[in-house]
Amino acid sequence: MEGMTIIVKKTTQLIAGMIFMYGIYVIAHGHLTPGGGFAGGVIIAGAFILITLAFGSDFFKLVKEEMGTTMVESIATIIVVLIGSAGFLLGTKIFFNNYLPKGIVGDLVSAGTLPLYNIFVGMEVAASIFIIFLSLIIFKEESLK
Amino acid sequence: MPLFVVTPLAATFLIMIVGRFVKDFNKYYTSLTLLFLVIISFSCLFNIGENVDVYKVGGWQPINKIPIGIYMVMDGFSAIVVCIINLIGFLVAIYSISYIKRYTSENYFYALFCLMIAGMNGVVLSGDLFNIFVFLEISVISAYSLVAFGVEKNELEASFKYQVLGSIASFLILFGIGFIYWKTKTLNIADIREAFKTGYDKSFYLFVQLLILSGFGLKAAIMPFHAWLPDAHSSAPSPISAMLSGVFIKAVGIYVIIRLFFNMFVITESMAILITTLGTLSMVIGVFLAIGQWDIKRLLAYHSISQMGYVMLSIGIGMILISRGVKQEVAALAIAGGIFHLINHAAFKGLLFLNAGAIEYTIGTRNLKEMGGLAKSMPATSATSFVASMSISGIPPFNGFFSKLIIIVAAITAKFYLLAALAVIVSIITLASFLKFQRYAFYDKSDEDKRPEAKEVPYPMIFSMIVLSIVCLLLSLLAVPVVRDAVLTPAINILMDPLKYSSQIIGL
Repeated sequence: MEGMTIIVKKTTQLIAGMIFMYGIYVIAHGHLTPGGGFAGGVIIAGAFILITLAFGSDFFKLVKEEMGTTMVESIATIIVVLIGSAGFLLGTKIFFNNYLPKGIVGDLVSAGTLPLYNIFVGMEVAASIFIIFLSLIIFKEESLK
Repeated sequence: MPLFVVTPLAATFLIMIVGRFVKDFNKYYTSLTLLFLVIISFSCLFNIGENVDVYKVGGWQPINKIPIGIYMVMDGFSAIVVCIINLIGFLVAIYSISYIKRYTSENYFYALFCLMIAGMNGVVLSGDLFNIFVFLEISVISAYSLVAFGVEKNELEASFKYQVLGSIASFLILFGIGFIYWKTKTLNIADIREAFKTGYDKSFYLFVQLLILSGFGLKAAIMPFHAWLPDAHSSAPSPISAMLSGVFIKAVGIYVIIRLFFNMFVITESMAILITTLGTLSMVIGVFLAIGQWDIKRLLAYHSISQMGYVMLSIGIGMILISRGVKQEVAALAIAGGIFHLINHAAFKGLLFLNAGAIEYTIGTRNLKEMGGLAKSMPATSATSFVASMSISGIPPFNGFFSKLIIIVAAITAKFYLLAALAVIVSIITLASFLKFQRYAFYDKSDEDKRPEAKEVPYPMIFSMIVLSIVCLLLSLLAVPVVRDAVLTPAINILMDPLKYSSQIIGL
């Protein structure tokens, strides 16, 4: 695939990084503002999808990317499960126990385990939405052949 | 208790990562996980007794006796259903070791399978209405993709039909939950019960009950909502059919209906009569649709509808008696019959689907007309399927007889003579259709030379089938009073006395 015209490519180059940064901002402030892991993850996936659409990509590269994204997704999910189970393993016998120090309300680093959940849920959501997109175009390429 | 959800959930994603690099990791790890779950579920069943075990996720304690966190609840009834889920799941996982070899991407199969188990355990153990919905979606979505696992025309069509009807059901359920939350301001089942007790708007109450009944009725394939079941259950790979038919429609359908209508709503007579009618309808019509089928898995799928009708019928009789406030011991007997039949159906219908899978594995067809004489070449399959057929049609030494007997006795003592007669007639027609299955599949000796070569299936498959047939025999023991007191009575008590359930959970 060749990708789209030079105007689209240049605009994407300008915008994609900003969208990515905004997604990270939404995830990082998930425990302070509306939004969080899911919303930020969708925004980050949007940045990746924009790049793939504008620049195009050949079939073999897509399959490779799909492999990598699946790994990221599974690893992120398993880390969420581990953080949840850590409360159980660390003596309190309660899942999803908030065992880290809570900090001051309103600080960026506060609220115990919540920012960690947000970060990994964000990774998981970004990866899975990107996988849905990738499998759709892989399917299209396969049916074209 | 949350181990029931966390262990299979972790297994899902471990399989997706490690299974890519280590060959054969997926099948052994799945079996080990489920073996572990079977052990802890049985230890729970024997320890729980009359208690109600409450687990507050995240350690959120109630404030002013108002529950604010998500509660997980284990009592006698949910312990039984959890045991069924994990036992059948374990045997199916072992069976799949040889069966699923002919499909590609085994990793996805085992991962989705673990996810489905996690979802079902979550539904059964949840004490929170919205949490039930979340786990329901987890298990149902993995069921959609497992039905389409063969990726052929039929499978995709069945899966699509299932998805459309399943989404309608989820919509109805979510709508009902929204209404309940709007009126009662809480999602905890025990707390909702307290709110309903103080008084409620009658038309609102009826509307919510109908929404919940039709939503979960669609998942359980009660008669007017049964259209997806024969397609979905017959196109899935056979181990998954055994899971779907043996466990899935009970865990996410019947179990939730029983739990909500006994422990959350106040039982009204009109709703009880409606449930009895739906149960009778699906019992009678299901069996008439089944007897004409020539595709073995379709035949078994229609019988699932009919047998679920038995369960609904006896639960409905119990509800009518409770709402009228007469003959409480007969009501207890009817509910006992329903739960007993639910357990039995899991054992024999799972076994029958595994048999159908074994036949399909060897000779590659599901059409009864193309089979015959398999009794000689596949002795283990033939013997176990004989046990299962006799159980489902209610022949004395096997478990199906005792549960049907209890249901019929309960119906007669409650003076529902018509329902008792219908139950007997349906049982006879079931026997007829399974004699047909036995004759055409295993004992037909005509045109022997034209048939394909058949040989016995691999050992893991035989192991699962034999264990399940032993379970079928052992479950008859539940009719013995001592065993029944230990296993069934706590479940019945918790359903008969909703005050006990709610008071133990929110600690009034």
